[in-house]
This record gives sequence, structure tokens and C-alpha cells, in this order.
Amino acid sequence: MTPMRAMVIDDSRAMRMILKRIVTKLNFDAVEAGDGQEALDLLADMTEVPELALIDWNMPNMNGLEFVTNVRADPRLREMTLVMVTTESEQSQIVRALAAGAHEYVIKPFTEGAMIEKLALLGLVPTGANS
Amino acid sequence: MTLSQSEFAFVSTLVRKEASIVLAPGKEYLVEARLIPVARSVGAANVNEFLAELQRRPDPAHQRKIIDALTTNETSWFRDREPFAALTDVVLPELVKSRSAARKVRVWSAASSSGQEAYSLAITLQETLPGGWSYEIMGTDISTEMVKRAETAEYSQVEVNRGLPASQLVQYFERAGAHWRITSQLRKNVSFRLMNLTAPLPSMQPFDVIFLRNVLIYFDVATKRTVLQNAAKLLRPDGWLFLGAAETTIGIDDNYERVAAGRTSAYRVRTGVPVGASRRG
Repeated sequence: MTPMRAMVIDDSRAMRMILKRIVTKLNFDAVEAGDGQEALDLLADMTEVPELALIDWNMPNMNGLEFVTNVRADPRLREMTLVMVTTESEQSQIVRALAAGAHEYVIKPFTEGAMIEKLALLGLVPTGANS
Repeated sequence: MTLSQSEFAFVSTLVRKEASIVLAPGKEYLVEARLIPVARSVGAANVNEFLAELQRRPDPAHQRKIIDALTTNETSWFRDREPFAALTDVVLPELVKSRSAARKVRVWSAASSSGQEAYSLAITLQETLPGGWSYEIMGTDISTEMVKRAETAEYSQVEVNRGLPASQLVQYFERAGAHWRITSQLRKNVSFRLMNLTAPLPSMQPFDVIFLRNVLIYFDVATKRTVLQNAAKLLRPDGWLFLGAAETTIGIDDNYERVAAGRTSAYRVRTGVPVGASRRG
């Protein structure tokens, strides 16, 4: 089976490593970006669009919400599933991210199991993959 | 029944040594709730007796059971998903036809623990039943602490990450300090009470749907039969019983028949069998 591709967008290298480890276990090929602009630049050069992006909110240059808005405005990136992974935990922030076009929202800190369950909700891993 | 300090110390030393997990003081209720099924499964009358025996005669198999029980992940929302999908796709559409006079559905979350299943049921009914319908969810548990916790309806950040779609988090929860609390709109349809499923059950209005999941696995066959017979008395004749994926009524209580419900199975009381009757073959 061809691995799916995931983009891990976070300005923390440690967080990128954690997320990368989780998605790699789930058979994704992972690409890293340190902020939203870097992620958009990488996407512009890709012939095949990743199926999944895990996106931090607060990052330099371009934050996660702006990244989501940009992706949603680009028909070429329509198929990407966007998951915010952030410490922003106010209800209004979650509503904003969903309204901008994020599919799911994971609040830091999270467990690996919780992340896998969220991806299962999105049909990106078999249900029960973590059990 | 509550764990004494020395019993709690015995268990926390064991899990720290074997699983590197630290049980902070104040988790006594959690330890007790998790060990009740373990104690039952090895034939002890209660957790105190189970721990006393284990301290007298160490048994690696029983120690393993304690570790497993205390290291299992916390309950998820919409756990296993399929039973909830079956409710939406199969059970509730049928009940909407058969209950059109009363326009009310009653669901029992048996062994409701910290309440995630009961509130997941409430969300499912809230979103599936047509306007003008009402519903009641009753959660029951053997642990006073768990009943209290479920009634509080407050969950940590970590807990709300577990299997709960973000759209439902923002719709059915509100922030309560560092926690999230189920909205009063949902809470008003959900109640909790203390109940031991293996003892004679109090009389209650019967339910249209019973979720009795991952409970029977902890009991011996005779106790399983008692619990299933008790449940049958509280299930409407055309109601639906959902068990855990590893559980069945087959070979235990033939009053039930297994039926397909979406991509999973449910159990219904066979027609012509008086409710709660014990049929011997």
C-alpha cells in the first residue's frame, strides 16, 4: 500500500518530532515545516498534495489559522485534511479554526492515543488502530 | 467499601514497580472502581478481600490483572463508534416509527463509569431524534465516586481529546476553568444513580435501549446470566441491548437473540418469551 503523506507544521522542533513519530507509525510519509509560509512554499513545489496536515496555531511568519485560510482558498489543496494541534484551548478559537476550514482540533497536551482517535474520526487510520 | 491507606499503598507500590505508573493519593476511588471487576473475576467478594489475599499470598497472574486494570486508557467518547452509528442508522429510525405516540426514548448506560458513554448517547439522541421528541439517559455505576464524577459532567483537556469531534466539543461543552463541562441543555436529559448490576435491580421504567458494554467480561457465567436477566426486565419487549465487542448472550441467556444493527450486532428479547423468564433447554 502506498503510504499517505502528512505535513507536520510547528515551530517547535520537539513537537514536530513527536507528531512525525506518531504519523510515521501510522504509515504516513511525513514532511516538516516550521511555519505556515514554509508549509505553503513546500506545497507549491509538490506534485502530489499531502492527505493530512497537522498544524500548530502560534508560529512566526504565518500562523496556523492563516495557513488554513490559504489552503482552503486554493482548489489544488482541496483534498487536504487539516487538523489544528495547539495549546489554544478557548472555545471561540476552536470555533474560528473550524469556521476557517480546519477539519479537527487537538488541544495540547494530547496523548498519542488521542491523536490516533482523532485521525480515525477523519477516516485516516482504521478505527481501533491504537488498541 | 473504600480502600484503606495501606491497601492503596500496596496497589500503588505494585503498579509503580511493575508499570512505572505513579498513583497519586486521592486516586483511591479510581483504583477501587478499576479493581472491582478484577476482584469479581477471581472470585473475591470485594476489592478488600482480593487485596488481603494477594498480600498474604502473592500471585503474579493476579498482580498482572491489577496492572492491566489500572493502566487501561481512560474512557473515550463514542467508544468503539459502531454501536453509536447503529443507534443513528438503525435503532433510532425504528424507534421513531414505533414510539410516535409517546415521542420519547429512554436509554440506559449500565456501568457508566465517569459518564462519557451516557453523554455520548445524549449527543447522539440530541442530533438524531426529530424535533418535538424527548429523551432520557440514565447512567448507573457501582462506584459512588464515579456517579458523583459523572454528575459533575466536567472533563479535563486530555479527556475531551479522546474520540470527541471538535465540532461536538464546541457545541455540547462549555469551559469551566481548566476543564470542560457538558452544557446544561444536554445535562438536563441525563441522570446518574448508584447501582449494582448483580443485585436485584430497583424497579424503574423500562428502557428502549440498553448499553451494557464491557461489563460482562468481568463476571463468571452465573453472574453474567443474572445481569442479563436483570437487564431483560428493564428492556422494553422491542428494545435493543448493546454489549461490548467481546461479549455475547449466546450460551448464557437464550432469551436474547443476536440481530444485525448496522455494522455491529445487538441483542433483542425473543418474541414469545416472557420478559425475564429463564428458559432451560
